Amino acid sequence: MNLWMRQIGSVLRLEMKKTFLSKRGWWVYFLALGPVVLTLLHWLIEISQGSGHHTLGEDSLVFAGLFHFYYLRLGIFFGCVGIFSNLFRGEMLEKTLHYYYLTPLRRELLVAGKYVAGLATALFLFVGSTALSFLLIGRHFGAGYTDYILHGPGLSQLGSYVLVAALACIGYGAVFLMSGILFRNPMIPAAVVMVWENLNPFLPTVLKKISVIFYLKNLCPVEIPIPPPFNVMVIDADPTPFWIAVPGLLALSLILLVYSGLSARHTEISYGE
Amino acid sequence: MSPAMSESLITFANVSRFYGEVLGVNKVSLTIPPGVTSLVGPNGSGKTTLMNLMTGLIRPSQGEIRVLGMSPEDPEHLCRAVGYCAQFDNYPKGLTGYQFIYGFLRVFGMSHEECDQRTMAALQTVGLSDARNRPVAAYSKGMRQRVRLAQATAHDPQVVILDEPLNGLDPLARAEAIALFEQWGQKGRHVIVSSHILHEVDRISDQVILLSQGYVVAEGQIQSVRGEVKDQPMQILVRCDHPSQLAARLFQENHLVEAKIHTDGHGLLLRTTDADGFYLLLNRIVIESGLVVESVAPADDDVNSVYQYLIGGEGSTI
Repeated sequence: MNLWMRQIGSVLRLEMKKTFLSKRGWWVYFLALGPVVLTLLHWLIEISQGSGHHTLGEDSLVFAGLFHFYYLRLGIFFGCVGIFSNLFRGEMLEKTLHYYYLTPLRRELLVAGKYVAGLATALFLFVGSTALSFLLIGRHFGAGYTDYILHGPGLSQLGSYVLVAALACIGYGAVFLMSGILFRNPMIPAAVVMVWENLNPFLPTVLKKISVIFYLKNLCPVEIPIPPPFNVMVIDADPTPFWIAVPGLLALSLILLVYSGLSARHTEISYGE
Repeated sequence: MSPAMSESLITFANVSRFYGEVLGVNKVSLTIPPGVTSLVGPNGSGKTTLMNLMTGLIRPSQGEIRVLGMSPEDPEHLCRAVGYCAQFDNYPKGLTGYQFIYGFLRVFGMSHEECDQRTMAALQTVGLSDARNRPVAAYSKGMRQRVRLAQATAHDPQVVILDEPLNGLDPLARAEAIALFEQWGQKGRHVIVSSHILHEVDRISDQVILLSQGYVVAEGQIQSVRGEVKDQPMQILVRCDHPSQLAARLFQENHLVEAKIHTDGHGLLLRTTDADGFYLLLNRIVIESGLVVESVAPADDDVNSVYQYLIGGEGSTI
């Protein structure tokens, strides 16, 4: 294994020791576990009351709503703010970043190591949460749901949701890692990005395409019908094909990471003193 | 300066650093040879700025710095040769003393075995082997200071830069740390220390750099620096059997600015503007009068005195 890979690996290990499942990230775990608890409660309630109040299709639609409106717009978004913004800004605030800057490590590799560590945490929490919630939401249908997953469209849907959740972590992770390096207060760019992403359905087609959520939404397996009166304000845009959306998002993330690496190279450690 | 020589020195060439409109250091030109070098100056004089510049944590607004021939903007090479124990009493959360040292050693790209061996050796050097598996957050202030020292030097750097390394150490640990610095200096390493404790700085330093308000006021061996301070009469302590008789003879020759009999009655503390002339005169007086002189020694060629003359303020507790 060459030196760079060993160094990235060592940053990854250190970051995981320092931050993975640490007490400080309790609110990120809360964001990830919230839907799992809800779907678990849903399962338990349905079992205790007996199934038959709604159909599997309705549960599938409910999960689509949960994924669109909670996971993509809230849970993963703020989870990534919490995880990735703190990779650099958190260390600046705690006055510990100089330990890395005093090692013979290319700053670009430090960015890569920290990003991989943040991504591993985000994927574990949010992809895991998405998969668990999906498996739990129709669990009360018993064998019918198992059949839906194994022999129906369930597995393909699960794969799509997991892919979208992973891409969201990759994309938002790159955005918020960069904002943690460039801005003293990463919450300001986070708020701007959030407003932009949530305005997306109402933006003209050209502007729509300059966002993460647009590509992710198009990859989701179940579309959410927009209720009136909002449906008249929504501007339709041609969905981006899978083969453009996925590599496009990955390329955008890579560009942001390269820029973060170059910025980290010029970062000084003065801790505002 | 030959390339081989410049590769054993730390050089600052007309270096300035401003924080916005605030001056950090201004037009600093220095050459630091191997050995123990102390940075001395009041708070805000630019000591930490100089150290941060040397280690590449900050960049100069103008001028050039070379550390053993390397640019501080090249951390991939510089940080293998430099270890910096910064002033911040902060640690990555959740790590034990062992993990703290081992984890950052792994970033150097060393194997597990080598990192383990170096970590254990560094912990042993600072006397923390037994506490290695305790979280750093649970250490006392002195232990934290020691583990930082171990972390900064575990990769065996040629240049060791220590910002207030004696803070928080008890007298025994302080003596051990000083002995370690002296040992490193004797081995030909660069040991650059900033400290408020001037009498300890005085003991260990091969040379000092005096800083005030971002400027280098003086640099070099402390005796040489003292010799350059011409406007302050030199203080000399003469231990002898009849100090009052000696004082009378010296005043007759009009060579003294001031003389005080030592409280024990067996010494004379005097001030003269011409130290070389005084030593010749003293020889003559001793031969003529038969005084028994036990010792003659400068009393103000220490860091503390030079600091007071050049910068002002109280010594020993800057």
